[in-house]
Amino acid sequence: MSATLEVVDLVREYRMGDEVVQALKGVSFTVEQSEYVAIVGPSGCGKSTLLNLLGVIDRPTSGRVSIAGERVDSLSDARATEFRLRRIGFVFQRFYLMQALTARENVELPLAEAGQAGSERRDRALELLDYVGLRKRERHRPSQLSGGEQQRVAIARALANRPALLLADEPTGELDARTGAEMIALFERLNADGTTIVVVTHDEVLARAAKRVIHMRDGLIVGDERTR
Amino acid sequence: MIGTLAFASLVRHRARTLLAILGVAVSSAMLLDMVMLSSGMRESFRGLLLSQGFQLRLSPKGTLPFDTEATIRDADSLVATLRARPGVQAVSPVLGGQLHFPLASGAVTAAALGIEPAVQGDYELVAGRNPSSANEIVANDALLRAVGRSVGDTVRAAAGYDAQLRALSGERLLHIVGRVRFIYLALDQRAAALPITTLRAMNGSELDGRASVAMVRLRAGVDVERERAALERLLPRVTVISTNEALKQVDERLSYFRQLAVILGAVSLVVGFLLVTTLVTVSVNERIGEIAVMRAIGVRRWRIVAQIVLEAAAIMLVAAPLGLALGLVTARYLNSILARFPGLPERIDFFLFQPSAAWTALGLLAACGVLAGVYPSWRGASLPIATTMRQEAVG
Repeated sequence: MSATLEVVDLVREYRMGDEVVQALKGVSFTVEQSEYVAIVGPSGCGKSTLLNLLGVIDRPTSGRVSIAGERVDSLSDARATEFRLRRIGFVFQRFYLMQALTARENVELPLAEAGQAGSERRDRALELLDYVGLRKRERHRPSQLSGGEQQRVAIARALANRPALLLADEPTGELDARTGAEMIALFERLNADGTTIVVVTHDEVLARAAKRVIHMRDGLIVGDERTR
Repeated sequence: MIGTLAFASLVRHRARTLLAILGVAVSSAMLLDMVMLSSGMRESFRGLLLSQGFQLRLSPKGTLPFDTEATIRDADSLVATLRARPGVQAVSPVLGGQLHFPLASGAVTAAALGIEPAVQGDYELVAGRNPSSANEIVANDALLRAVGRSVGDTVRAAAGYDAQLRALSGERLLHIVGRVRFIYLALDQRAAALPITTLRAMNGSELDGRASVAMVRLRAGVDVERERAALERLLPRVTVISTNEALKQVDERLSYFRQLAVILGAVSLVVGFLLVTTLVTVSVNERIGEIAVMRAIGVRRWRIVAQIVLEAAAIMLVAAPLGLALGLVTARYLNSILARFPGLPERIDFFLFQPSAAWTALGLLAACGVLAGVYPSWRGASLPIATTMRQEAVG
């Protein structure tokens, strides 16, 4: 198996007034292709900071991040945007769908940005909505969908451009237990179909579903266990 | 899709967007009015001066036409000299004066123009005909009303009137043959026109052979400025002014209007700009989370800029037609008020609508709309994605 994600000695510092806060103090790990990794730890341990760096929406103070063989820790804004568009899928705790767009249009957004033609992207969006079980809800706007449905649309959007890596930040955080369980099942299915997933979570059930759990504390990895 | 998002953002707060559109429409109306005002009087004067096709006007040396009571002596020989020139198609001598119409209640005084009916360019015939003999006269509605006469009637008129002695001089019985509208005179100004020889005769030796102005119409293809220069050299006792020269004089006299129009137009543009910038900035601030997510999933910076600029431009462009319509209505109303200004020719418009004025206003508004989107779009597109999303999540 080849490494989809390689993190080497990653440090992220924030300046808060005169004080420098180290959110990450030198984190290193690799994630192989088709792995399903959960990153867990108490609030403020640096999980979300790490996810932002893996998602190329933030830059490390030092260290290296490579995704699918490409160094992404010092990309220009334009290159980073392009990389996120084509190589990374994001799933957020609060779904963050565009309220003005229908479910299908939300899924089409990254496809349109990637320059796919109208009919082609429509077909791909419908295929993904079908995959997440929302084919019949394609014309519904986010306000007409339940939390679980919105998260499924967000997952379909994240998969639109066939990313090398799917990053999820507390994807079950806003869902009730039953819907959360459905989401966990969906993640397992995605992974079984070959998607590399890194999920940051407090949800023990979601973490247990991952094949590997990385434990963090105070900006450091304090444990890395394979569950299956 | 960017269009859908821009539209959705505008309709998300319908009342706010509507109020902004109305605000911009009012400022657009003001802008159009000011653009119309800045060029309206000038173009109106141009139309007036060229309406009868006379491109040159000769007046006593050092004066403008009808600016003083000075007259050109030996005007008949001057007119003959002009008519002999190959480039000249027609010459219309005009003598300005006054006529007094004795009535039982007192005398009515009116402006009188001595003209050559066949070549006159001072009035338009509304009813009847031009004077064809010495004792025939045409008059405007204001005078006909004042003397209680109509076309076909006769009226007693005098060139001089001593109010203390109630004595008339140069009296004559004139036959009213036409009802006219004077081009260069105010609507409510009582006025009449009669053959120049009759007006001279009524004034006695004082105005014998004199004219106030001679208007010259040139043949097609003749260079107006070259002919003007040639006439000034040939006739040193008169000032020759072309329409362009006259417009320059008008421009100088109207420079206050233009400055006022430019300043007020600029102010209205700035008000519209600030209104749209404020609205779009508020709108961007309300959805920085949404914008950060768009950036996170790979939407390019320039698309965010385009979406926000589109919103600003859309407000301007929706407001612009409303503003133009409102501007036309207010211009018409203001014109009707200003047209009552004493002494202004009936045909002078302060606010003259020209397609170029509308296009200018529209172009300025469109540019302003795009500029109004620059600051909020720059703000939206340069948001730090991770920080913004973290703040939004906490919020």
